[in-house]
Amino acid sequence: MRHAITLTINGAAKTIEVDPSQLLVELLRDTLGLTGTHVGCDTSQCGACSVMVDGRAAKSCTMLAVQADGATVITIEGFAKGGQLHPLQAAFTKEHALQCGFCTPGMIISSADLLSRTPDPSEAEIRHALAGNLCRCTGYQNIVAAVKSAAAQMRQAPAAATAEARR
Amino acid sequence: MTATATPYIGSRVQRKEDPKLIKGEGIYTDDVTPPGTLHLALVRSPHAHARINKIDASAAKRQPGVVTVLTGADTAATGPLPCFITLPNLKSAKHFPIASDRARYSGDAVAVVVADSRRAAKAAAAMIEVEYEPLPVVIDARAAAAPGAPILHEELGTNIAYVYPVKGGDIDKAFREADVVIKHRIKNQRLIPNAIEPRSVVVRPDEGGGLTVWTSTQIPHFVQLITSLNLGLSQNKVRVIAPEVGGGFGSKLNVYAEELLAAFLAKTLGRPMKWTEERREGYLATIHGRDIVEDVELAAKKDGTITGLRIRGYANLGAYLQAFAPVIETVLHIFIIPGAYRIPAFDCEITGVYTNTTPTDAYRGAGRPEATYLIETTMNMLARELGIDQAEVRRRNFVPKTAFPYTTITTLAYDSGDYDQTLDKALAMADYAGFEKRRAEAKSRGMLRGIGLSSYVEICGLAPSKANHALGVGWGGYESARIRVHPTGAVQVFTGTSPHGQGHETSWSQIVADSFGISPDDIEVRHGDTFESPGMGVGTFGSRSLAVGGVAVHKAAEKLREKIKLIGAHMLEASPEDVVFEGGKVHVKGVPDKAKTFGEIVFQSYMAFNMPDGMEPGMEATYYYDPTNFTFPFGTHIAEVEIDPEVGTTKIVHYVACDDCGVQINPMIVEGQLQGGIVQGIGQALYEGAVYDDNGQLLSGSMMEYHVPTAADVPNVELSHTVTPSPVNPLGVKGIGEAGTIASTPAVVNAALDALGTLGIKTIDMPLTPERVWRAIKDATPKEVRK
Repeated sequence: MRHAITLTINGAAKTIEVDPSQLLVELLRDTLGLTGTHVGCDTSQCGACSVMVDGRAAKSCTMLAVQADGATVITIEGFAKGGQLHPLQAAFTKEHALQCGFCTPGMIISSADLLSRTPDPSEAEIRHALAGNLCRCTGYQNIVAAVKSAAAQMRQAPAAATAEARR
Repeated sequence: MTATATPYIGSRVQRKEDPKLIKGEGIYTDDVTPPGTLHLALVRSPHAHARINKIDASAAKRQPGVVTVLTGADTAATGPLPCFITLPNLKSAKHFPIASDRARYSGDAVAVVVADSRRAAKAAAAMIEVEYEPLPVVIDARAAAAPGAPILHEELGTNIAYVYPVKGGDIDKAFREADVVIKHRIKNQRLIPNAIEPRSVVVRPDEGGGLTVWTSTQIPHFVQLITSLNLGLSQNKVRVIAPEVGGGFGSKLNVYAEELLAAFLAKTLGRPMKWTEERREGYLATIHGRDIVEDVELAAKKDGTITGLRIRGYANLGAYLQAFAPVIETVLHIFIIPGAYRIPAFDCEITGVYTNTTPTDAYRGAGRPEATYLIETTMNMLARELGIDQAEVRRRNFVPKTAFPYTTITTLAYDSGDYDQTLDKALAMADYAGFEKRRAEAKSRGMLRGIGLSSYVEICGLAPSKANHALGVGWGGYESARIRVHPTGAVQVFTGTSPHGQGHETSWSQIVADSFGISPDDIEVRHGDTFESPGMGVGTFGSRSLAVGGVAVHKAAEKLREKIKLIGAHMLEASPEDVVFEGGKVHVKGVPDKAKTFGEIVFQSYMAFNMPDGMEPGMEATYYYDPTNFTFPFGTHIAEVEIDPEVGTTKIVHYVACDDCGVQINPMIVEGQLQGGIVQGIGQALYEGAVYDDNGQLLSGSMMEYHVPTAADVPNVELSHTVTPSPVNPLGVKGIGEAGTIASTPAVVNAALDALGTLGIKTIDMPLTPERVWRAIKDATPKEVRK
């Protein structure tokens, strides 16, 4: 038996028939071709499959597609807006926070989740927030630096936007 | 084309790899699914050692979506999996993708299901009934080498694959004349590599009987070679593409069973085949690393001068020999054990043994971390025994700066070095002089604080082909590069290296940019496609890519640079000696305005009417670079830890490193390699270890039981460097991919033992889990003091 679900993915509303046992990550990767979301383990440890579901990071390998019915999902493909990189994407490049790039989409999603709740995180808060995302290449140091740098950028950006609006 | 005079070698150029990766646009193997793809699922033995009496796949074959189920007998036409090593008297066991008579480790494949979806294949695999007859199991190398142990490969008559001795100097005299002998047993536990991208392979049959293979590998050319040879396909019909590869660390440095099987099935069934490992499956079916136990005896004088070193060890090779397994704990391990020290007498013998465990092979550092751990922990034991400071005991034994090139007792010719300099710098960064104050302060809080040094030398740039041959490596050690400058001046570089995170697209473009005086932005670097790259690329492993592959790129660029200069001189009607090529232009010496640009000269090479007589038109060059020697990077790392004796936790409170990898092409990438490498080495010291029970079941069977360090576990590290160029190659480069991992493990353990030494604890096995540390503390504490 298949279920029709309706959800918003990267800004576009979609109604899709899914198998009840289909995982969200299978829907994203196999059905919708959004292969920027990766699968690195089968026990929810690595976090490579993280996507935004209703504004919070979720491990899409541990969530059924039917559970996303009515949800707003943002994957890494939906992070750059109008050709403009998200500050986290720009910071990851600037700080050399990626090597093989496989964990990077999940890292950026989890970092975005943190910054949405904690705009000015301490190093310990960043490290704690990313403990569910494994990286074997970077040793995390530059990832932490990138999150700090993006946080600073994002704290300034709303102020700049307000100033722009007042002019 | 942006002409520029800025040297790019040495600059922190932003990575060319990143834009697609940060947007999720990188294509990894599992992202490739050709139309009509069938999926494979392997049935794996749950027994570590068992006879396979019967396989009943009738129920599985009736499942919807199942195309076929094949066993070892059905797939024997794939031929055996390769081991590229031929040590003297090596006993090499036959290794087929699917075992047909006997399973030799838990995870050994016994059947393969082909179905129209991954789920259908997996469901059918679970319905296959295999009748096993369990056999006695042996998981420990020393036990497997003993008489009476269960034999894995009856045709060999023994579990001992090799006995590898290396001797030099008068070892008996060294021990006779010693004032002190340090003896201990050193264990480098088994590790699971854990590249975050699981292995994956896709094979598509092409028109004309060829195959296109996408695979997550470090060595696409070897996959092409073996696929072609084993399946009887002409090599030009097999295209192997390593697309984005999500980390390797040695675990993708093999031609694996699933690669050959997928190719065989695509060829015979005429449909695309796909297999992607699950992490738990990978823990069984992808190689493990390390797993060697060594008995060490170090002889020294009262002043700390080493007189000799004797080692007897057993390396656990697992159930079969993988591609490079026999060199890991022999060539790549024994020869570098003397490290940074003058050791006048040396006697080492390692026995490599088959056991009923997942095969082991190269894992980041591959033999060298084990060597550095051995010598560096032993140096600290010597220091403690004699009451000499751990920095001082190193200094007294260092190969002095004036001694290079230096031939070690194991016959390696160290290219260049200044070990005192990196030590001094690291000591200053660590505020080594102020440590005892910090130890006392920690003690006042009830904490045990320790500091540990690790001064390493490693072998990079594997390898001169002649050395490869002499050491039993069955292939050359060169690397290839081709540079094509199009008529418009667009530059493409094709490299035989196969990066998986190392940033070759960026670094190689910096190298070419400096030869041509143009910007790296104008240079495209392509890799990992056997139909594009030169005829043979050896691949990316052993910190060899820059010192061999990067130099090949430089040599190819210099060939074209010379040609550009000659054509430019001709166009300017000047003699070649009277022109210079700089800033993207050839101009007459002293007359910068009398010039031809890079673009004009390249265009002329294709118009070809105004060139020196007899010169070949076009602007393309290929170079196979075969170095004359290895390179030997070095450095000192210092860890400072605090142990909480109540709960046994070890926290790294400060970590500094001073490394020398020769000339740095891109310091940002060098630092990234070090940071990641150091954390991987910390993983071995504190967290990681594959654990088998006596029946050969892998107890650490998933990421839940095997702890890969997280961001919350590890510290920031403070890095610095010195530059001692290698005289081996024209770029003066050495290599940095493994140094962090090699250096950090002993630094952390030495720091922990420095802390625990105050309680009289002399040794401890890795990983230093809180339980292990807590027990060591309890055992060391006199009963009357315990509560």
